[in-house]
Amino acid sequence: MKPKFLTALLTLVLLANTALAQVVLRMTWYDDGQEGVVMRELLDRFEAANPDIRVVMDTVPFAAGILQSLPLQLAAGQGPDLARIVDLGGLSQYLLDLRPHLSDPDYWEANFGPFLDWMRPEGSDAIPGFMTQLTVSAPFINRTLFDQAGIAVPEGPTTWEQWAEVAQQVAEATGTPHAMVMDRSGHRLAGPAISQGAAFFDAEGHPKIDDAGLRAMLQLMIDWHADGLMNPDVWIGAAGQYVAGNLPFINAQVVLYMSGSWQVGQFTNLIGDAFDWEVVPNPCGPAACTGMPGGAALVGIAATRHPAEVARVMEFLAQEEVLAEFYGRTLFIPGHLGLAEAGIDFQTDLESAKQALNVFASQVPLIHPTAYALQGYRFNRVIFDNLRDRLTQVFVGELTLDQALERMQADIDEQIRQAGQ
Amino acid sequence: MSILATLSSKLAQGVYVLLMNIFGLVMEPLQRLIGVRRMPYLFLLPNLLIFGIFILFPMVLNLYFATTSGTALFPQERPFVGTANFERLYACQDYFNPVTCQEDRFWRAVHNTTVFVALQVGGMILISLTTALVLNRKIVARGFFRSVYFYPVLLSPVVVALIWKWILQRDGLLNALLVGLGQEPVQFLLSGTWAMAWIIIISIWAEMGFYTLILLAGLQSIPSELYDAGAVDGTSSTQRFRHITLPLLMPTMMVVLILALIRSVQQFDKVFVLTGGGPGTATFLLVQYIYSTGFATQIPRFGMAAAASVTLGAVLLIATIIQLRLGRSSERHLA
Amino acid sequence: MSTLVTFFTRRRGRRRWHATDILAYLYLLIGVVVMFGPVLWLVLSSFKTPAALLEFPPTLLPLAQKTVVVPGYAEPLRLFDVTMADGSIRRLAQVRRVGLQAQMVDPAGPDEIIRVHIDQRSEVRHFRLATENYTEAFLRFNFAIYLRNSVVVTVTATLITLLINSMAAFALSKYRFRGRNAIFLIIISTLMIPISVILVPVYLVITQVGWVNNLWGVIIPAAATPTGVFLLRQYMLTIPDELLDSGRIDGASEWRLYWQIVLPLAAPALAVLAIFSVMWRWNDFLWPLIVLTRSELFTLQVGLAAFQGELQIQWHYVLAMTVLTLLPITLVFALLQRFITTGIASTGVKG
Repeated sequence: MKPKFLTALLTLVLLANTALAQVVLRMTWYDDGQEGVVMRELLDRFEAANPDIRVVMDTVPFAAGILQSLPLQLAAGQGPDLARIVDLGGLSQYLLDLRPHLSDPDYWEANFGPFLDWMRPEGSDAIPGFMTQLTVSAPFINRTLFDQAGIAVPEGPTTWEQWAEVAQQVAEATGTPHAMVMDRSGHRLAGPAISQGAAFFDAEGHPKIDDAGLRAMLQLMIDWHADGLMNPDVWIGAAGQYVAGNLPFINAQVVLYMSGSWQVGQFTNLIGDAFDWEVVPNPCGPAACTGMPGGAALVGIAATRHPAEVARVMEFLAQEEVLAEFYGRTLFIPGHLGLAEAGIDFQTDLESAKQALNVFASQVPLIHPTAYALQGYRFNRVIFDNLRDRLTQVFVGELTLDQALERMQADIDEQIRQAGQ
Repeated sequence: MSILATLSSKLAQGVYVLLMNIFGLVMEPLQRLIGVRRMPYLFLLPNLLIFGIFILFPMVLNLYFATTSGTALFPQERPFVGTANFERLYACQDYFNPVTCQEDRFWRAVHNTTVFVALQVGGMILISLTTALVLNRKIVARGFFRSVYFYPVLLSPVVVALIWKWILQRDGLLNALLVGLGQEPVQFLLSGTWAMAWIIIISIWAEMGFYTLILLAGLQSIPSELYDAGAVDGTSSTQRFRHITLPLLMPTMMVVLILALIRSVQQFDKVFVLTGGGPGTATFLLVQYIYSTGFATQIPRFGMAAAASVTLGAVLLIATIIQLRLGRSSERHLA
Repeated sequence: MSTLVTFFTRRRGRRRWHATDILAYLYLLIGVVVMFGPVLWLVLSSFKTPAALLEFPPTLLPLAQKTVVVPGYAEPLRLFDVTMADGSIRRLAQVRRVGLQAQMVDPAGPDEIIRVHIDQRSEVRHFRLATENYTEAFLRFNFAIYLRNSVVVTVTATLITLLINSMAAFALSKYRFRGRNAIFLIIISTLMIPISVILVPVYLVITQVGWVNNLWGVIIPAAATPTGVFLLRQYMLTIPDELLDSGRIDGASEWRLYWQIVLPLAAPALAVLAIFSVMWRWNDFLWPLIVLTRSELFTLQVGLAAFQGELQIQWHYVLAMTVLTLLPITLVFALLQRFITTGIASTGVKG
């Protein structure tokens, strides 16, 4: 009697301990489209195979949650165990080095190598995570509007000025309110600026933004807003934050939309086949025909209390088959060198989506070195945000272009100086 | 229905008595310990404790932040720079032209907030007073009308901003009405002056009900015999208004003025959701400057944000003291 | 001028309708339209389909395009009125659109495909409440959980606020002790600092206390409201001290005096503070946004802002959830408005 009772008790205690021993990891996530659903399914699969770990996804808004709240939490020593972040350089000091916990660090180096540099502090060889997507910026166009206007879509190397003119012709012919719209983002503007010859850095690698190339691009933007070519609601109508220009494009109220590859998944859902949309190669300037690279990464946070478990989750998600499924379903460009070569089986029937993804992939080799340098620069958001906000002040007439450029440089210098203290 | 009401009120009473007796088990022995004279301190303790930890201490911390620079969050890691932040904040060639200032956004915020406060408080008091006077009449369904004006007060700033954003959009209701009347649609949120006008109007819309009720209470406390006496004497309604209503309403008006002013200088949520401070910096107010400098940027400048907030607090304090002094002297005048 | 002033100042008691009565009622009616109109427009818009939301000029009532079930097709097809080549108008259903051409069928004879240029179509519409805005948004918006959190925070914070503010007000109004004026002045002066200004230091304190991602971190810091202390103190000053003295003679403890005599007498002011507290805590946005990062702890306002941030382009969901967010407070308002308005009037926040 007694031994049986003891065994039962022991079993109960052991079971309880296993349940108690379940580690709960928190992942801060944001959605461009529907990728949260895909990630949740992958995590469910992981949890089924690893019952001692549970991963809870906290989906937060991009601007308030990821850009603002998360850095504050990390600075205060709080924060989740994993997070999907875009400010790779800026947050690199808070990221967990998975290397000691990984079973095959070489796999990571081989496939994520160049992108790991974006996430590492200077000179370290840490492996903090992997790219949930690699992004490239390039313009979308509303093909149906071109067809209705009877105007041919320009082929081959075309300049921004030419595109603006063609888009305006299409807009006038079809009664569309505006020719173009661009996301309210310095990052989006940087690609065309570099094409115009902007260098962004001086010889020592410090941000020095006032040069002929940038001035040329800014003047184009000023003229486009003044002439009514650019939809003003996005840059002028909202202030102090990032605003996407996808609403006017989805509602067929612009002809051309300067954005990037992360929109493909969203457009597949929200536009569908309401009209035909295409991606066109990045327009050219005197210096290049480039867009900006970018992306978001899923990383481990250094302050976590369960580094080994975090590493297990990451290793599962970073496997080639799992990532292939993730990229295939979310329609994101792979940030995995092996998969980029082998190709992804994108799960969509929409012709527009397939064409878009192919064009984006073809743009990657054309990215200018300055664009890579800018994306990899730790304080690039300081450059982008000041560029964006001061330029808006020029649009509304609060500053002249000269004053704005002066201010941009002063703001950037001041913030970087503060960061150095 | 009334049985339910009686039962629930009896239940509530019972819970109340029970809870208070439980607290009494702590409070009464403490009274025997420290004596009646020291009891007020005990009563103040919970409030002061929370107050001290979560409001006073952070304010002092904020003062310390204002004299330090750098981007570290923890005070002990921040280098002390004395008044450098304040010097940078106030470095201006021409205080009326923000472009000549080092912290041009701060000064733009100062200008915007001044305009906003002057027009919003002025407009609000006028409208609240008018509405209170109207509501003071013998009208049908007065209770209903009073609560109508109070409804927007209950709405959260996010909801208020979203409601009006939806109406003011390029293709929104207001433009539809304009087009219907044969006018051109106006891009309200793209024009500096319109945006400022609208945030003033919207914040009056959202807050006037509160002040209307306070003024109404003040009006109703004026004894009607004074009016009747005036009517008997043959004084005109204008004179009655000037010599009876206004003076007796003055104390209430002072309270309303102070509350409205404090509230107005602190405007942030609604404006932020509606315009984000734009277009450009046309509706960029002081609290948004503090928020965007210390928060919504890749490299937050906590020191500058703290310096600006100290300035804000000082200005409010001085303004309130001046108002109280004026109010007291006007009361003496009337007596 | 005199008529204008008469309009404003006299209480009218006569049966006969005067011009100023008409003006007064007109003013009030305009007030109703201006106060309720925007909210009504929000509610109406929340029932429109995304396509209807894009229209300009917008229709007053929610209209949606009619669909018809056509044999041989799995999904219901959208109905259009099509201007044919000969000028007649036929009601056709659209199978698909490719570029500038639409393929349509006549619902009566669905075998024949008629090709129509997209410019020759116009939608056939009827009144329909797009309730799917609400139901679909529910899948993505955790209304029940956010509601629960908001209710927990609001109720707990209000009870705590009432208790500790009344205790403090009792001490400040009914006792003379050293430091009384200084303490009162300090409390009042902090009315002027909005929490958004001391956000970073308060956040630091909360992290040290360990209340991040804890509803207590949202409930406690805001409970010691200076306005509440001010309001209650003003009211308690009007309670005669003799009541307390006679209680003391009878041997009652100070605590007993507080809750058996003073609190019941201060009930009107407590009611007003309760209403304010419910309003403030329910609508709190910035502070819960900072303290709470786990989505299962979000309050309604934070959830709505997050929702809006995610789907800022999908107005139909944003509108629907905004309506839901203001529903609870509207209900409270409808049930308690009588108390709210008379309450504020009776406490009379006088100088």
